Amino acid sequence: MLDSYLQLAVAETFLQPTGPIARAQLDHLNYVVILTCIAIVPALVALPLILFRYRRKKAGDRYRPNWDSNLGLEVAMWGLPIVVIFLMAISLWSITQRLDPYEELGKDPLEIKVIGLDWKWVFLYPEEKVAFVDELIVPVGRPVELEMTSDTVMQSLRISALVGQIYAMPAMTTKLNFIASDAGEARGMNTQFTGRGMWRQKFLVHSVPTDEYQQRIEEARQSPITLNEQTYAILAQQGTAEEAKTPLGITVLEGPLETQGTATVVAERDVPVGQGIAMRLPEPKIFQRVLARYKTGVPMTPETQPGSPSYDPAKASLPPLTAVRMEM
Amino acid sequence: MLASLFGRLNWDSIILVKEFEDPDLQLLITSGAAAAIPLGGIFLVLLLWYLKWWKPLLGWLTSVDHKKIGVMYIIFSVVMLFRGVVEAVLMRTNQAVALNGGFLSSDHFNQLFTTHGTNMIFFVAMPFLIGLINVAVPLQIGARDVAFPKLNSISLGLTGAGGFLITISLLIGQFSTGGWTNYPSYTGKLVNPGPGVDYWITAIGLSGIGSTLTGVNFAVTIYKMRTKGMKFMRMPLFTWTALATSILLIFAMPPLTAACVMLGLDRYLDFHFFTNDQGGNLMNFINLFWMFGHPEVYILILPAFGVMSELSSTFAAKRLYGYTSIVAATMCIAVLAFFVWLHHFFTMGQSTTVNAAFGIATLLISIPTGVKIFDWLATLWGGRIRLNTTPVIYLCGFLVLFVLGGFSGIILANPTLDYQVHNSLFLVAHFHNVIIPGTLFGILAGIHYWFPKMFGFRLMESYGKVTAWLWSIGFVITFMPLYPLGLMGMTRRTVDYTDPAYVPLMLVSGAGSLLLGLAFLFLIITFWRSIVNRKQLVTPIGDPWDGRTLEWWTPCPVPEYNFAVLPEVDSRDAFHTAKERGDAYAPIEKYEDIKIPSNTYFGLIIGILGCGLGFGLVWYMWWMAAGSFLAALATIIVYAFLPEREQVIPAEEVRRVDENWRREARETYGVTRDDEITEANKGLARPDVVPG
Repeated sequence: MLDSYLQLAVAETFLQPTGPIARAQLDHLNYVVILTCIAIVPALVALPLILFRYRRKKAGDRYRPNWDSNLGLEVAMWGLPIVVIFLMAISLWSITQRLDPYEELGKDPLEIKVIGLDWKWVFLYPEEKVAFVDELIVPVGRPVELEMTSDTVMQSLRISALVGQIYAMPAMTTKLNFIASDAGEARGMNTQFTGRGMWRQKFLVHSVPTDEYQQRIEEARQSPITLNEQTYAILAQQGTAEEAKTPLGITVLEGPLETQGTATVVAERDVPVGQGIAMRLPEPKIFQRVLARYKTGVPMTPETQPGSPSYDPAKASLPPLTAVRMEM
Repeated sequence: MLASLFGRLNWDSIILVKEFEDPDLQLLITSGAAAAIPLGGIFLVLLLWYLKWWKPLLGWLTSVDHKKIGVMYIIFSVVMLFRGVVEAVLMRTNQAVALNGGFLSSDHFNQLFTTHGTNMIFFVAMPFLIGLINVAVPLQIGARDVAFPKLNSISLGLTGAGGFLITISLLIGQFSTGGWTNYPSYTGKLVNPGPGVDYWITAIGLSGIGSTLTGVNFAVTIYKMRTKGMKFMRMPLFTWTALATSILLIFAMPPLTAACVMLGLDRYLDFHFFTNDQGGNLMNFINLFWMFGHPEVYILILPAFGVMSELSSTFAAKRLYGYTSIVAATMCIAVLAFFVWLHHFFTMGQSTTVNAAFGIATLLISIPTGVKIFDWLATLWGGRIRLNTTPVIYLCGFLVLFVLGGFSGIILANPTLDYQVHNSLFLVAHFHNVIIPGTLFGILAGIHYWFPKMFGFRLMESYGKVTAWLWSIGFVITFMPLYPLGLMGMTRRTVDYTDPAYVPLMLVSGAGSLLLGLAFLFLIITFWRSIVNRKQLVTPIGDPWDGRTLEWWTPCPVPEYNFAVLPEVDSRDAFHTAKERGDAYAPIEKYEDIKIPSNTYFGLIIGILGCGLGFGLVWYMWWMAAGSFLAALATIIVYAFLPEREQVIPAEEVRRVDENWRREARETYGVTRDDEITEANKGLARPDVVPG
């Protein structure tokens, strides 16, 4: 019982890294902590000693009311923080450059396009022609590049155990590169506040061996659901992936998997509660068309803007790529 | 007809009506708070009527005396702090039990963190500090008033209008749910069409203009109104930090006001500054907001540093160590404050070189900050520290806890680590760790320190000390658990969570928040008990702490004109030097008539019209908005043409009061610091006989 309170359900933190980037971040954290302690521990130790030694009752002839400067002390006071910050600045510069989230971590990275919606993530695998909602499957050892956008308000995609986070913003794309070194599950989530259901916008990252990866992709290709304009419009409605299952025609198996709050649609069979949605992706350009939606020169309306309380999937169509009239 | 009169306001906008029609627990909490507004209002009116305080109240509201304006700022902040603390306790207790769903609805929680942040920054911390600056700075530089007394009253009016709007949003409609930063496009018209965001825009816009004007006022006051001999390098440290804060206000508030206006244009007139489509770009809002937001952090912390400098020197009975260093460090921080705003969004996808540059700029700030900490420690070194006083408890709490806040700040300054802890509770813990032990402790210690200057009597030390300890312990228990929680991955602004591993630390934090609530209660009790016992606590001679700077060279409470004869300054701790010479209270030969500006309705009228403008805009009551705006314009023009009205206090009257005070000071025996916190302390410090 107690251990359930002390152990996180899945790797949700870079304190338990499952990839080299998060591991390097953890090492850097330790370095920063130790270096900073050099400057602050003296102050924390000195304060109680000073208070004790110079308390009013006992200060006695140690009292020096007019002492207000000392060159040596002054040099030390400025020098110590300058040295510490100088050392830290060097390591900050090099690790920031080294762990560039935009830099590919090897040849032939797996390219995944990500669309942030209220309150779910859609992961598109254009080459494999499959897509997943709230489930990210990556092969162990192969570099991964996420290219992200949002089709609602700004979001932030974080996978702590692997890499950290980058914002996903409407009409723009950002990138996040990582690589999983250990097989297993990690938690991903949106950390940017996006409204009512934001706290439930979480997903699982499955780092799996290559053969298992191929198998999962193959299974997804057999999915009865296709990601097309109509199903996308349904996904774009406010709600979690769980809540989108019923309108997509998926029935949900009641199961002991971790509950996602109140959204438990109970029915006979198909997928367990909490599992993502696998879909076929015959038209991989959907990511570009989502971006194009904001660049047609036609203003968005409350009916066509996902995230708006009046959003209407029947009226919100994605424009063809030829409709783009503006460049950012 | 009704639509043009009431815009989009209808019966259902009023929270209490909603609760009546469709009662539930969520609404009950909200409407309980909402009911407090009309009930509190009625109670206040009845109380004023019963005590016959209408006239004195009007006298205060129309006053241009910097001390009265300062006191009004502080009272306003205490009232707003009440709301902020209640919201904090609600949020933390909700999260303590929020595994798979707490007792607050998501919408309610989202409003709570938005109002909590907005309220605490703009209507608690800032007015508190501006209040202290108002009270102390003109006295510290030996001035009769600020440079522009009427403008000062207008600033207060505009701050009050902002406070009115955020408060009335509890009762009518709702506040924004977008967090205190209110990022679009979440706060755009398409996603959030309701009145909440408009309340945020108008409240922040109005009070922001007020704060800019305050900055101008105090910068000019400090540049131009210093008494003879008060060179820059003789100014007390609190005045130095007030100067730095004023400069920051002048340059940092306009980007915020611009961002508010641009967001307003997007929402009201279909502009596309920050929209998703039509070439709008939300990143511009984030940039503008933090161009204000980061200097704001130093607007909040520098005056607190100033207070701590005064306290460390006064309560160690010693000269401030490294005056020049501290002044240099203060101005370094003020300049660097404008070069680090990007560290609030390392995760926006810009190049690593940009991130690294801003990360290093952020690290640089910790150098002057570290120097200051060492300087305060060196000030205590070799002193005679009076451990049994309330300000020293705040000072020590500050020194220990603020260092820890700086520690986590250094971690956050690393872009690589920020990719992990951005938007997490680690960040929440960090900024509370600098704002509570830094800003709030500075404010509370400052109030305790200068209270006799405002009201003529001390606060009770017994309650004061309990309050200080409660704030310190409550802070540690509430916010230290948030550091590990943040590292474990828990994000901010989440009403509920699904991971049982968070529960134990969340429970601790929730319990801590109750202590913070208790601390606020004890703060009020301290005021109340001290008011009841004020006869024993009076310090008419005006120097209860053996002060070193000019403000203590006046009686308590301070006369309207501050100094009968403006003092001349020949050293850094001028009053202390005069006391050592023994001629601090020597008789003065020559008195002159003193002219002081008369009361004016200017600020009060602008404040009321500001409320009308904001409320009209929020509810689309265009007649009200336009009418208030035009009336405000007319008021400004009319007052610009009115002749300056002054009140002359004859030299004889000044002589009578001043000679009485000086005679009393010479004839009183005074107390040593051993009896400082006893009733014997009438505000005259007797030199210590150093034992041994």
